[in-house]
Amino acid sequence: MIKFLLMVNKQGQTRLSKYYEAVDLGKRAALEADVVRGCLARRKEECSFVEYKDYKLVYRQYAALFIVVGVTENENELSIYELVHNFVEVLDKYFSRVSELDIMFNLDKVHIILDEMILNGHIVETNKNRILAPLLALDKMTES
Amino acid sequence: MSDVVEKTLTALPSLFDSQTGAAKISNRLKQLIKSITELTSKHDEESLIKQELSAMKEQVSAPSTSMKQMREIMVRSMYCEMLGYDASFSYIHAIKLAQQGGVMEKRVGYLAVSLFLSEGHELLLLLVNTVLKDLQSTNLIEACMALTVVAQVFPKDMIPAVLPLVEDKLSHPKEIIRRKAVLALYKFYLIAPNQVQHIHAKFRKALCDKDPGVMTSSLHIYLQLIQESPDAYKDLTGSFVTILKQVVGGKLPLDFNYHSVPAPWLQIQLLRILSLLGRDDQSTSELMYEVLDESLRRAEMNHNITYAILFECVKAVYTIHPKAELLEKAARCIGNFVLSPKINLKYLGLKALTYVVQHDAKLALQHQMTIIECLDHSDFTIKRETLELLFRITNAQNVSVIVEKMLDFLRSCSDEHTIIHLAGKVAELAEKFAPDNSWFIQTMNDVFSIGGDLLQQDISNNFLRLLAEGSESKEEDDQLRLYAVDSYLTLLNGDASHLPQRFIQVMSWVVGEYSHLQECVDQSEVIRLLMKLLEQKSVSSETRVWILSALTKISDGQTDLILELAESISSSQDTILRQQAHELRHLSLDSKLHEWVLPRGAAWDDMEVDSSLSFLDGFVSEALAAGAAPYKPPHQRQEELCEQRALNLEPYSFSLPVSLSSCSITDRHSPTLLSVSSGLSGNSTELSQKAGASTLILEGVKRVWGKDGYLPQKETAVTASPVDEPSAAVQPVGQQEAAERLEPQPEPSTQTNDKQQLASSLFVGLSTQSSTSLLGKSEAPPPRFRKKPRPHGSSLSSSSSSGTSEKSSSSRTSHNTTDSFLYGSLLEEEPAGFDHTPKSITANGLGQNKDVKEDRRTNTSQILGSDMVIVRPNTIQHNPSTSSDLTTLLPADLKDLPHSDVISLTSDPSLSVSSCRVFRDEALLLVIFISNSTETDIRDVAVQLNCDQLETVSLRGNIVDCLEGRSVSVCHYALLMDDPHTNVSFTGSVSYQIQPGHTNTLSFSGTLSTADFIRPLVVTTDEYGKLWLSLSHDVKQNLKLLTDAGDPLQTTLNALKDTLQLHIVDIIGSEGIVACRLLSGAPCLLHCRVNGSALAMWLRSPLPALPDCILYHCQRALAQH
Repeated sequence: MIKFLLMVNKQGQTRLSKYYEAVDLGKRAALEADVVRGCLARRKEECSFVEYKDYKLVYRQYAALFIVVGVTENENELSIYELVHNFVEVLDKYFSRVSELDIMFNLDKVHIILDEMILNGHIVETNKNRILAPLLALDKMTES
Repeated sequence: MSDVVEKTLTALPSLFDSQTGAAKISNRLKQLIKSITELTSKHDEESLIKQELSAMKEQVSAPSTSMKQMREIMVRSMYCEMLGYDASFSYIHAIKLAQQGGVMEKRVGYLAVSLFLSEGHELLLLLVNTVLKDLQSTNLIEACMALTVVAQVFPKDMIPAVLPLVEDKLSHPKEIIRRKAVLALYKFYLIAPNQVQHIHAKFRKALCDKDPGVMTSSLHIYLQLIQESPDAYKDLTGSFVTILKQVVGGKLPLDFNYHSVPAPWLQIQLLRILSLLGRDDQSTSELMYEVLDESLRRAEMNHNITYAILFECVKAVYTIHPKAELLEKAARCIGNFVLSPKINLKYLGLKALTYVVQHDAKLALQHQMTIIECLDHSDFTIKRETLELLFRITNAQNVSVIVEKMLDFLRSCSDEHTIIHLAGKVAELAEKFAPDNSWFIQTMNDVFSIGGDLLQQDISNNFLRLLAEGSESKEEDDQLRLYAVDSYLTLLNGDASHLPQRFIQVMSWVVGEYSHLQECVDQSEVIRLLMKLLEQKSVSSETRVWILSALTKISDGQTDLILELAESISSSQDTILRQQAHELRHLSLDSKLHEWVLPRGAAWDDMEVDSSLSFLDGFVSEALAAGAAPYKPPHQRQEELCEQRALNLEPYSFSLPVSLSSCSITDRHSPTLLSVSSGLSGNSTELSQKAGASTLILEGVKRVWGKDGYLPQKETAVTASPVDEPSAAVQPVGQQEAAERLEPQPEPSTQTNDKQQLASSLFVGLSTQSSTSLLGKSEAPPPRFRKKPRPHGSSLSSSSSSGTSEKSSSSRTSHNTTDSFLYGSLLEEEPAGFDHTPKSITANGLGQNKDVKEDRRTNTSQILGSDMVIVRPNTIQHNPSTSSDLTTLLPADLKDLPHSDVISLTSDPSLSVSSCRVFRDEALLLVIFISNSTETDIRDVAVQLNCDQLETVSLRGNIVDCLEGRSVSVCHYALLMDDPHTNVSFTGSVSYQIQPGHTNTLSFSGTLSTADFIRPLVVTTDEYGKLWLSLSHDVKQNLKLLTDAGDPLQTTLNALKDTLQLHIVDIIGSEGIVACRLLSGAPCLLHCRVNGSALAMWLRSPLPALPDCILYHCQRALAQH
């Protein structure tokens, strides 16, 4: 099960956070700082999974941005690693060449996309067209 | 991968002017984001966000703010909350936005709600109306977003309000709506499984939906259901196999592919389901061999995602009933992973290997050199995973090498969580496989000094218990104890200032208890060492208590030293210490009493506890006669204290009117019983208020509840019983002191560089041990330290429950063939898979046909699985639709009693039998309805009910001469449970005649659980306290604490109350007391305390098996939440 998904940059600034299990607002900052520290400390040739408390962290770096997913022990880390990439590909498709700024300026839309993919910590949709369909329909209606 | 994102922060300035993204965003949000990117310090961030928050507060309350602006404010609030600042003022506006905004605003409103409000937030109730409205909207997008938010957060109590609407959506023409409806139902199942019990058949329909997306969503529900009770869904194996076959065969539309692999995450999900179904079940496993083989074969492409599928496949192959050919392929797969130069694959290979060696340890042998390399790998994660693997293959021959490796790792590790985890494993291995005493004690010394105060309490508890209880041979035990004493004395002779508190506690207990075994050491020397410890500043007061207890035990004959010590401590500020000093002095002056109270080397089993404390009666009456206040239980004192608190300016004193030393004797086994003092000081508070003494000591005043529950018991038990149960030997220690770890010790042995040599020592014993382990785990060698069997066994209950599950599985497998045939035709008629073609109508027809059949099957499975809906008065109002017509047939005198749903037990063309459980106070009534489904009369209907474990009494109606067409006859049985069993199955038969002379019989069966026989026991806190004291059998367990809503203790207790009919007697602070009884018989008292994220529960009952049964059901109830 997925416990949380974070998008954090190299400076440790959180660009997006989504928790699938309630975490106190006060504790999030510390957790995020810990997580980033754990990922930044790792070298390129080391594997993309780190143990963190009861979870495993699966992280993937895109330019200066880290996407980190906290999962339970029984999750298949490599499938999550690829899920992250699928997510980025979806974002790329929607924003056509996505950048950290796109994510910042469209925080709501990124969340809407994520909501289509992961629900309650489970992967519910991975088909790119279907993930984007609701958001594209919304965009269309807003334009008209 | 970096080509996906190539614009980075360096491109920032130009982007603000460009058109992308930023163009449409209004100024304020743009400004905020810009400022956020420019932040340099935490301080800047704080002032920026504070400013932002106050600006937003103003804006939201301004009437001129438009919905569009509101949307932007919501996004800004999201930013603030994301950075960790509270923006709760905007929550209500998020709900408003969802209610009133246009589509995009509405979506953002819903999004904000799902991000801001966690389950159980009270504002969520305000969302219900909006959701209802949107669910009924003709606008697909609105319905869609309403379903999305329902699947994310929704108040549990309001599920009935939206459930019918969501159910309707299951047959919506649009796939996305159906899909979201299934996901919403899944959410409902997670938070309130009882509410969706009646739509299980619809889940099956979703599984055969023509759209692959809808089918995929239903798999989440099935994974959950099958995890809970795999036996109930064996009939679906064929379907899952067919689906997987089609996915693997590329029958899905192309856009489901990810890097040319068809729906990989769906494949993984299906493989997980299959492995759950095939576990320990040969016939079910046989159905899936082919598709697993195909999956292994197909996944040859060189891409991460195929490896992820392979990993799941390998796990499935090793989980289900083994097949040599598949195992061989899977093993080769693992080999490829482990040897891969790609580090992520290597990790996955190690993880797979760790999983697999439980079934086939030989596989580790093949990769021993790789494992050795990984052990010295520079990557922490890889190292850690390798140790996990080694832990699994440890046996008596390689234990010392593996433990050495683990300790090495621990010494260089700084992560708290890893230390706790791994140190626990070392302790486990040491206990299981220790080659000799010296190694065992030395290893445990390492564990205690490295793990320090981070260690989990039960490690030291188990260790001390092992020493205390010993094995069969006293000689061996004494040798081990002696070794421990020697080792500790050596350690204490050195510099003890850096030792962790936990370790000092263990040492002092052992030395106190067993130092007399070592004849060549002078006891005064031991006393000197312990006293030296007491002088150290770093020793916590809790540890001092342990040390003092040890001193008390060995004080015999050393009066001078001891008196001096007692004198110095008796002026301590710490009441517990002071009390101990009193005891110490008293005992050392009276050696006869000492001998009686603390007999040296006495066996644990021979101790008797006088729990009623009858010997104190004389003392009490004397004290009362002398004018002492009568005893008041702590809660009463608490209440009085609360009442007085407002204006009570009198200081509390610690002068005790009763001489402590005369009545209290050190509890021999639990030096940390803080409760001793708090119980007494509770008394003293009251008394001293009258005395009006002048010192202000608040310590212990508020401690009404101690760590072990109700304090009066402890107070009295301690004063009364010098001998306590052995299980009390090591009491949980309170607050942990800050971690104080040892400097890494110098490596003891220099391992030669020869890896080959290491390999031979690491993997020794694997080949011989596991040569025939295809069929599961090979027999482990007997653990070295065998604990004595504990007297209370719950094996009876567990064996009976497993019996029923076997029965149910065998009855189900026969459905498989027809089922897979149906599925086969359903999907194979359409090679395109899931398109909207006219042909799908016929497919649908088939599907429905199948539904009808399945309906009946689900019904039977409901009886066999024990998770029936129990409709009790408090839940019935939420869910009136579940009670079927038959309940109206309940006799008038039973109608108002709480009762379960009516469940169909069995049926044939002429008769159908259903049952309903009615919960009467003194018995469980099983009401059996026999309905005649034909038009003709049925004669000589006789019902027979058998249940070995229950006492059954037929009350009425079990023989009917003539049952008219379309009529129903009701008979009931009163069932009594004398000995608690977790689950009890009953069987029965109905015999009847349609034509004279031809007797037909129809047999039925079902399961009842202890929960059916539990009734609330209504007592006051006072009575509870007394009852608690009169019982002595104690069972303790840590349970899950439900933290999803409100007060965790309250929520958890309510959840337990709802499923188990308990009576919550009282809740004080973080502790709660709960009572119930087995029908009108034996009571069971539950005492719960919140302990971090767990709920520590103590149970007492005169029936030894009852707490076990209740615990089982409590765990189940909480797991279902």
